[in-house]
Amino acid sequence: MESRILLESTSVKTPFRIDGRKPHEVRSLTCRLGVFQQADGSSYVKLGNTQVLATVYGPHDTRGKSNPEKSIINCKFRLSTFSKSTRRNLHRDIRSIEISNNLTQVFDSAILTELYPHSQIDIYLEVVQSDGSDYAACINAASLAIIDAGIPIKDVVCACSAGFIDNQPITDINAVEESSNGTPILTIGMLPKDKQILSMESSGGIHLDNLNDVMDAAIEGCKSVLFIMKQTILNHIQELKD
Amino acid sequence: MLCLPGDTVTEDADYMRGHGTYYKSKVLTSSVAGCIDKVNKLLSVRPLRTRYNGEIGDIVVGRVIDVQTEHKRWRIDTSSRLDTILLLSSVNLPGGELRRKTVEDELMMKSFFKEGDLISAEVQSIFADGALSVHTRNLKYGKLGQGVLLRVSPSLVERRKTHFHNLPCGVHLILGNNGYIWISLPVSEGVESGGFAINLDPVPLADREVISRVRNCILALAKQKMMLHSTSINTCYEISQSYQVKDLIKSKIMTEIAQLTNEKMKIEELQ
Repeated sequence: MESRILLESTSVKTPFRIDGRKPHEVRSLTCRLGVFQQADGSSYVKLGNTQVLATVYGPHDTRGKSNPEKSIINCKFRLSTFSKSTRRNLHRDIRSIEISNNLTQVFDSAILTELYPHSQIDIYLEVVQSDGSDYAACINAASLAIIDAGIPIKDVVCACSAGFIDNQPITDINAVEESSNGTPILTIGMLPKDKQILSMESSGGIHLDNLNDVMDAAIEGCKSVLFIMKQTILNHIQELKD
Repeated sequence: MLCLPGDTVTEDADYMRGHGTYYKSKVLTSSVAGCIDKVNKLLSVRPLRTRYNGEIGDIVVGRVIDVQTEHKRWRIDTSSRLDTILLLSSVNLPGGELRRKTVEDELMMKSFFKEGDLISAEVQSIFADGALSVHTRNLKYGKLGQGVLLRVSPSLVERRKTHFHNLPCGVHLILGNNGYIWISLPVSEGVESGGFAINLDPVPLADREVISRVRNCILALAKQKMMLHSTSINTCYEISQSYQVKDLIKSKIMTEIAQLTNEKMKIEELQ
């Protein structure tokens, strides 16, 4: 198979990826909390060139049916028209709806919803720029926005993607790697403290023998992402406290 | 001490579980990002930013969003987690008449308070699901007339003895515990009607300027996350005199006057 993604460097043992990263290297991550005034919680996540804005409204009274046992989670994911290289209205595409539903399930199990009966929590995600691993970036952004809103959650939910190219697991896939033919991609969202996996989403075919390696790569990626997220939250609440 | 969601608060089984914590396999774990509060054996974690958590006796400012004649109540938005309820039985009738509410009163509900009206009220009780019930059975409370509403974070308004202030600069201020702040002209003595008679005379320009200045001062203080009470607002108002009202919304000047206020208040505290 033609090796398009992993470029062989001078020393054969350490191949580099198309953007110059090592196989297990996560792109640079920048997070900010409290970026919007009017929302209860908000965040901005920049993972390499993927940029996501998240806003959280709630818990507030439901407009429509309510659950007397717990709070309803409502997630809306949206790709901006200008987020990809070709301008396209991606508002109602199947992939966006799928991601919205996945995110709803992830946060329904992570948030302590039983504390707020009859209420609703809205999470809005907007991908401003898409360069691969949108789903992982969205989980991270939503998690930060929920913490900013002071909503009780079991743990800092973190996510990372991993793939398998040229017999090697690689962490944090970018758009070029994502779009190359037949690359299996695995996105893991987890509760890091318990090492519980909340969501595992995959596309493309992967041999069972390699699955564990790819999962490990994604979990390792989660750990490095978590470190930066925790640092950002601590800095933010320290600022608010003063 | 600060902690994040998922952090262990204590492994000691003697402590009781407070707000912002949960048990994860018998270990007390934090569920929000904030500071740990310890009251005797009760451990809770207080998030630094959250929706308004009502307590009985709080003064709130809210907006009527719905008149539910069939349930004999109004629904009020107080930026609380659930809509606040104002029962027909917990309002004063116009004119201060004291009697049981009749079917005629139910039909008149819309003429007391209608959708979009702003009211000030006091929290009377809290329902099992956390929704608040308020009352306006005092001439201080009731419908609000002409003025300016400001929304700030509820954590910036402390619970105090008085939330109604007549500032020396000549404005009336209601600091709602829910972070809604109402700025208006003072009601002259003896015409407090529980807010049913509303004065709709045009407000003179000079008074409107004072109200705008107070509003901008509060915004400047809120931006710097400073506590809002009559002292801090008065101090900030005096400091802001060196600028025009319209300049007070410039971010640089906002920061400057808030910092000056902070310094001045610290000096006064020491004296």
